[in-house]
Amino acid sequence: MIGTAIKNREAELTVFRTRALFAGFCVLLAFAILAGRMVYLQVIKREHYHTLAEANRISVVPVVPNRGLILDRNGEVLAANYSAYTLEVMPSRVANLDKALDDLATVIDIQPRDRRRFKRLLEESKNFESLPIRTRLTDEEIARFAVNRYRFPGFDIQARLFRNYPHGEVASHAIGYIGRINDSEVKKIESGGLAANYKGTDHIGKLGIEGSYESELHGTTGSRQVEIDAGGRPIRSLASSAPQSGNNLTLTLDIKLQKVAEQSLANFRGGLVAIDPRNGEVLALVSKPGFDPNLFVDGIDPVNWDLLNNSPDKPLLNRSLRGAYPPGSTIKPFLALAALESGKRNPAQSISDPGYFALPGVAHRWRDDKEGGHGSVDMHKSIVVSCDTYYYQLASETEIDKTAAFLGLLGFGEKTSIDIDGEVEGVLPSRAWKEKRFARAASDGRKWYLGDSISAGIGQGYNAFTPMQLAHAIAAIANDGVAHRPHLVRNVTDSATGKVRAFDKAPPQALPFKPENVAIIKNALVGVTRDAGGTGVRVFAGAGYVSGGKTGTAQVFGLKGEKYRESKVAERLRDHAWYIAYAPADKPVIALAVLVENGGFGATTAAPIARDLLDYYLLGKQPDPKKPKLVSDAVKDAD
Amino acid sequence: MPLKTLINRVFDSLTRRLDGPLMVTLIVLAALSMTVVFSASGGQTFDRSLGQLRNFAVALVAMWIVANIPPQTLMRLAIPIYIGGLMLLIGVALFGEIRNGARRWLYVGIIIQPSEIMKLGVPLLLAWYFHRREEGLALKDYAVAALMLMLPAGLIMRQPDLGTSIMIFSSGFFVIFLAGLSWKLIVSAAVAAAAALPFAWTMMHDYQRQRVFTLLDPMQDPLGAGYHIIQSTIAIGSGGLLGKGWLNGSQAQLDFIPERSTDFILAVYGEEFGLLGNLLLLTLYLIVIGRGLMIAVNAPTTFSRLLAGAITLTFFMYAFVNVGMVTGILPVVGVPLPLISYGGTAILTMLVGFGILMSISTHKRLVST
Repeated sequence: MIGTAIKNREAELTVFRTRALFAGFCVLLAFAILAGRMVYLQVIKREHYHTLAEANRISVVPVVPNRGLILDRNGEVLAANYSAYTLEVMPSRVANLDKALDDLATVIDIQPRDRRRFKRLLEESKNFESLPIRTRLTDEEIARFAVNRYRFPGFDIQARLFRNYPHGEVASHAIGYIGRINDSEVKKIESGGLAANYKGTDHIGKLGIEGSYESELHGTTGSRQVEIDAGGRPIRSLASSAPQSGNNLTLTLDIKLQKVAEQSLANFRGGLVAIDPRNGEVLALVSKPGFDPNLFVDGIDPVNWDLLNNSPDKPLLNRSLRGAYPPGSTIKPFLALAALESGKRNPAQSISDPGYFALPGVAHRWRDDKEGGHGSVDMHKSIVVSCDTYYYQLASETEIDKTAAFLGLLGFGEKTSIDIDGEVEGVLPSRAWKEKRFARAASDGRKWYLGDSISAGIGQGYNAFTPMQLAHAIAAIANDGVAHRPHLVRNVTDSATGKVRAFDKAPPQALPFKPENVAIIKNALVGVTRDAGGTGVRVFAGAGYVSGGKTGTAQVFGLKGEKYRESKVAERLRDHAWYIAYAPADKPVIALAVLVENGGFGATTAAPIARDLLDYYLLGKQPDPKKPKLVSDAVKDAD
Repeated sequence: MPLKTLINRVFDSLTRRLDGPLMVTLIVLAALSMTVVFSASGGQTFDRSLGQLRNFAVALVAMWIVANIPPQTLMRLAIPIYIGGLMLLIGVALFGEIRNGARRWLYVGIIIQPSEIMKLGVPLLLAWYFHRREEGLALKDYAVAALMLMLPAGLIMRQPDLGTSIMIFSSGFFVIFLAGLSWKLIVSAAVAAAAALPFAWTMMHDYQRQRVFTLLDPMQDPLGAGYHIIQSTIAIGSGGLLGKGWLNGSQAQLDFIPERSTDFILAVYGEEFGLLGNLLLLTLYLIVIGRGLMIAVNAPTTFSRLLAGAITLTFFMYAFVNVGMVTGILPVVGVPLPLISYGGTAILTMLVGFGILMSISTHKRLVST
């Protein structure tokens, strides 16, 4: 037994040794194959691969697709492409870049601005990227460079596609712009599995439509394999697959209306949103001041960037979507509707307005804007003359959380989900909101006070909403309580099939308001522009149509005790002016909200802008450029 | 006690279970790895190199611990490790996390990849099995062994993870082969496998088929699947005899090489260090494999012989498959370049294998006396 066991063990050991030896032999053979392959690649075919590596960027060339066009609702081009020659350099191939640029300046016109821009690109890019120095070369410049090419190794002329925004500043915040792809965008592209499709693409949509509709606009990259000569120039194409252009977008914007709005806002800072209440199409989306998106296309130079980025006027901020302002009196019609819906008020109930509101046992008096008060005020009049006392009283009797819930129905305090990014939610105050907002304060600071409710009752205090939210809410009222999701893209034209795809609209949302209550509010809004004492009567006198509207004036700064006198207050502390409107009153086709930062009274600053817009949209009247406005002193102060 | 003696003792107890030749080669490879990873991660920051240093440090501690476990104990652990690993694989199939279209990960408080456990679990179990059956092996034994091998390999294949599946299959096959599977069977199995190829073709995922097509004609899809192979061969080929120098590979630095710090790191290395560098790397691998086979041949028991042999040959498979795929003679499967590619899990598994080798090599004296 033991004998066999030992024999077996001996036999097994022999088998193992043979097998291990065999395996060792296989390993050697396999490594010999690998070594042979390496010798083949690195010694025998070295020249071949060396050439390929030298000219690698040319051997398989991605063919960048044309970016989709952006058109306004009438087919006017808002963003297009053009092809131009650029002078580019691979910094890693140039020993002394500064000297090379100095030499180059003798051949091609290179402005200090181009140099600054290039320096900035250089800092942001990786070593081996090809960077543009000058774009839009003239034929003469191309010829001059071609003759001197031998002096500038690493420099080359390339035909590139550029984006052009023919309307410049107009609608810049809505259209957005494209710019060079940065590191975080590279990561996003890679994690989205789009790396292959972005080969050769060095621009990407950054903001607005260009940013949010990047996937529609970009298109599909093609490829071309080319044979190249020793100098790295392509001789002939071997194979290619054509790129597929991006899809064209037709916007809901009316660029002419947009222009009227921007001219009318002139030198003010502010925002304006106009919506077709019947379907949610955004007709104009303004934020002033704007910027020229063309500056960003070939990489913005640092001087212009600083001007835009550090200006106290914040031209890069999209005030219509990202600016949240206290709504002032424009909130009143919505609060009146809330009171009707909850049964807290009926339209006939009147109060007597002594010019202030006081609570029993509280010394503080909440003042009305009119000294001595408006006398006997019912709901209709409260909107027409914008009586604060009526709303102080209403707010003092209404639980803030109920108000918040009602305003939430109209989209206040949440994103309107317009189809471009960057929208803010604003602030719709409630007990829970205050608790959260002041979570780190003492319990006194987190508590909701009656005084908070009373301020909120006339659209002051914690409330803050965007022009987009107010336009959306007034559009819903104009459309008899049926809200549509606001959107900027009307349809997408597929570049491959030519098929037109309408914007994928969510079904309209019928808000649970009684029609008769909405009618009461609409009637009062019309009264604002028609009834005696209405805050919009002066501005809308003689208009060839009937419109509904509401003025608003939002305090920037609480001025204690002293009576507010516009001329005395520094420009930046002046009140914000609001106007919301819709027209024609019987069948509204346009609803809008306009905000003028530090514009003073809504009736004097914001309402005329709304008038200009409605005049143009309904009657085709161009605004009179000589019309006196309150611009002059505002501009002086701003400078 | 004089301080010198104390230091000597501590040093001795720390290094008693380590194998000199393996240790030296390992340190050279680790240094090489961090050098190449630095270049492959752009040559600007040390983040990845330090990450790799940490990976090696953790793995070395694990290796040291395993090296101190006697082979007898390892043998007792074979069944629990295998069963546990198998359960986790079934768990993956049922409730695994899906990333990039593959179901490979399981959440058990942390995210783990159970197929890694099986890289050592399978050879451990098979070595244990043949050790128990050393008195005369019947055909039945090979059938049981094949089943124990195919179960995890099949589950991993379905995740799908072709690379790991091939590695685990190889590690098990090496045990069976070294145990003395008859040549007749090996040849007939090879013939059967060849006959089953068309069938396997229909079972493959589209992306796996694409990889085969791509190997045959990389230019067919130059921006997509063929891109890896085209660019990595250009990188290696253009490196020439001496390479373009550290941090100077245009292919590598220009981002032409995908996965350049992980599976395709050889392309970066080959471009920057040339044929000379490549031959150095192959030599280092040969030293590891030669040393491993020596440990196997000199091991006292069937279990330790088979285990040491299989671990060594699996290490060889990693090197062969990765170098083969990056140089364009094997299809692209996700297998890292052993001890060079960036990534903690692969290094950990590899060094635990080294730990087993060292345990076998340093514990035999005790057994034979």
